[in-house]
Amino acid sequence: MMDFASFLIQLLNGVQYGLLLFMLAAGLTLIFGIMGVVNLAHGSFYMLGAYLAWSLSSLTGNFALAIALGAVLSVAFGLVLERLLFRHFYDRDHLDQVLLTFGLIYIFEETRSILWGDDVHGVAVPELLGASVPLTENMSYPVYRLFMSAVCVVLALGLYLLISKTRLGMKIRAGAFDREMAEALGVNIKLIHAVVFAIGVALATIAGMIASPISSVYPNMGSQVLIMCFVVVVIGGIGSVRGALISALLVGLVDTFGKVLLPHLAGMLVYMLMAAVLLWKPEGLFRQ
Amino acid sequence: MTARKSHLEVLPRSLQMLLAGGLVLLIAFPFIGTDFYAQTIARMMILAIFAMSLDLLQGVTGLVSLGHAAFFGLAGYALAFLTPDGEAVGLWWTLPVAIAASGLAALVIGFFVVRTHGIYFIMVTMAFAQMVFYLFFDNKVLGGSDGLYVNFKPAAVLFDLEDKRVFYYFTLAIMLVVYAFLRRLLWSPFGRTLAGIRVNEHRMRAMGFTTFRYKLAAFTLAGALAGLAGYLWGAQTGFVNPELMGFQMSAHAIMMVILGGMGNFAGAIIGAFAFEYLLLWFKDLPTIGAVDLGKHWQLWMGLFIVILVTFAPRGLLGVVERLSRRRGDSGDE
Amino acid sequence: MNDVLLSAQRLTKRFGGLAAVNEVSVDLWRGRIHAVIGPNGAGKSTLTHLLSGDLAPTTGAVVLGEREVTGWSPERISRAGLGRSYQKTNIFLPFTVWENVRLAAQSRAPHSARWLARADHFLSTNENASRAIELAGLADRKSRIAGTISHGEQRQLEIAMSLATAPQVLLLDEPLAGMGTAEAERMVQLLLRIKPDHAIMLVEHDMDAVFALADHLTVMVNGQVIASGTPAQVRADANVQSAYLGEGVQ
Repeated sequence: MMDFASFLIQLLNGVQYGLLLFMLAAGLTLIFGIMGVVNLAHGSFYMLGAYLAWSLSSLTGNFALAIALGAVLSVAFGLVLERLLFRHFYDRDHLDQVLLTFGLIYIFEETRSILWGDDVHGVAVPELLGASVPLTENMSYPVYRLFMSAVCVVLALGLYLLISKTRLGMKIRAGAFDREMAEALGVNIKLIHAVVFAIGVALATIAGMIASPISSVYPNMGSQVLIMCFVVVVIGGIGSVRGALISALLVGLVDTFGKVLLPHLAGMLVYMLMAAVLLWKPEGLFRQ
Repeated sequence: MTARKSHLEVLPRSLQMLLAGGLVLLIAFPFIGTDFYAQTIARMMILAIFAMSLDLLQGVTGLVSLGHAAFFGLAGYALAFLTPDGEAVGLWWTLPVAIAASGLAALVIGFFVVRTHGIYFIMVTMAFAQMVFYLFFDNKVLGGSDGLYVNFKPAAVLFDLEDKRVFYYFTLAIMLVVYAFLRRLLWSPFGRTLAGIRVNEHRMRAMGFTTFRYKLAAFTLAGALAGLAGYLWGAQTGFVNPELMGFQMSAHAIMMVILGGMGNFAGAIIGAFAFEYLLLWFKDLPTIGAVDLGKHWQLWMGLFIVILVTFAPRGLLGVVERLSRRRGDSGDE
Repeated sequence: MNDVLLSAQRLTKRFGGLAAVNEVSVDLWRGRIHAVIGPNGAGKSTLTHLLSGDLAPTTGAVVLGEREVTGWSPERISRAGLGRSYQKTNIFLPFTVWENVRLAAQSRAPHSARWLARADHFLSTNENASRAIELAGLADRKSRIAGTISHGEQRQLEIAMSLATAPQVLLLDEPLAGMGTAEAERMVQLLLRIKPDHAIMLVEHDMDAVFALADHLTVMVNGQVIASGTPAQVRADANVQSAYLGEGVQ
């Protein structure tokens, strides 16, 4: 088997990967749970984040500033996208939504190609976070990865507090539960939808931004992460943010340990997990 | 199950005329067009078979699968594995084997996937298909990202598939047989059951139908037919790669079925031709000034898809139907 | 004593902490109509779902004929001889009236899996469908698209579809919902026509129809049975008068 330090490293990696997946899955499951829209282009926001991190940090020379700017831009982008396009598809067939968002993937990929080219780029880990925490005599763990996990945890907590402790969150939950009733009670549903959508976009973009030093920046990076995100949402149950968290951590750990312990099966393990869950609970573990 | 679009099962007279005219053109084409274009048309016919197989699943049964291309590609790979480097392999045994391989894969994947509904179904079909994609992409033994070659067209004994014209008519014949078979199926008890499942699965169960079994059967049959198309694709192009199984290919198939109009198989054929033609047209766009328009075909295709789904969600057949309704047409099967 | 074709025994359905149906027992006899009435939210629809297999009870049992069918899937229970109609019209709107009923009848035929023969060439299925359409009074509407017929005719179609599977037990959930007087009268006649051959549970709000049709009456309030007996007995029951019918009803 593995020694304790290796185990700890893989554990931390698995949790970090899981938390990153959660950032994406939370947005996807919220948007679907509340507005009923499936968004295949969700992975494109992740890619957008990575490219923003690269170009903004090249531009400003400051990673933190790049993240902050990127976050603001992504919220604006999300609001515009919702207003112009997605809003009109809430009541449409899932098939229409699939096609729409598939078309968007093409548009986003090509726009990215035009704006930023097709080369692979790296984003430097900011100096402040460039150190490593020693675990044993010869093994250490990168601080940056801990930072990533920390950011995800903070955002997850923020999301939890927003949804369960604020009035906005209450309105969001009310709108999800019964749209007409919420409207009758004076909740501005259109605003709620816009806010939820923007949050989803922002979470995915931020995930791409903070992951960029580790994953590097390359074309099509959105589609790989999208699949994992879908698997997480299917296992966790559509509409359940809590389910997304538990499922994301599960997937992150299974994938990470699987690659180390069972390398021949590595890519398939997560799908086998999904298949097993589907046999037991076809609507996910925490279906609303 | 989320495909609730309205359907055209009975073909209006205008459409029947259009199809008949198209058939005449298809038969005549190798004599009036060049070899190169004939090959393009043959490829469109192969895609039409692929689209019809998806129409059975999506248009008739109402199951929107983002993973249908996995079964298309698998059969192509089956042919590639079965064809030795130096010689052709027999058509009459490899074709059934390839179809069976795709059908079996569809049966196994379907067993897990068909128990889900609505958006879950879309997501898990995508996930399983990507699993198949990565299986081939990541393993050199299966060809890896480079793919595999099919060095010789299968040997048919009775005729020579290496002759491009023969291959063309062979493909045309298969497309017609598949169309006739699926039209027959549409009006059979099995077909009516699938249509019922699409319209109101809940009521079908309340009436005593074990809908899971029917959906699984449709999923398997659709997968097998996709395999038939994939085999022909591998034979025609001589090359298979993981992209054939990817979700982009699946999404293109969905587009073809939507573009032409769902649920009657004629739309799938029309949509396949139209979509592929459009794709080639976009890719062939000239370079204006410093901008290579053709290179950015994904942008045009993406815009086209967005515009189509926003303004004409029922596709070309929807337009035809509206026009023929205005003229007071009636049609028979 | 007529045979009991369906027996619901102390059915309870809990959603979280709330018991939508609480220890409800109902028996259905051949040739009799057992009406279940109660205010909105009393749990009548939930009870129907529990009997048809759309929901599984938390505790309690459902016995259909000789067999215990508790927890069976809806299709299994249907094949065991139970049919139901729905409160909210649940038909195949884009199909013709004929196709709606034919498909229902086809569910009982062994040939549903046939994929090359024409569906409308099967005599026995067609006969069963015709009979159900006749009984439901829709013979002159056969070729109309179900989405284009009147609301009352759609409710008749609901019944025709549940008859086409030749069930022994019928669960009818508010068949008169949304009907005008003439239509309601037609429906009552329909129900009287089919009564002799089936054991029927009728969930209804239309009190005139209930008292015209019911051989036995059960009153539910807040998930529980507060009275059960002949219509006369129930009318006279003080609990029922105060809880549901209102004081001063004869």
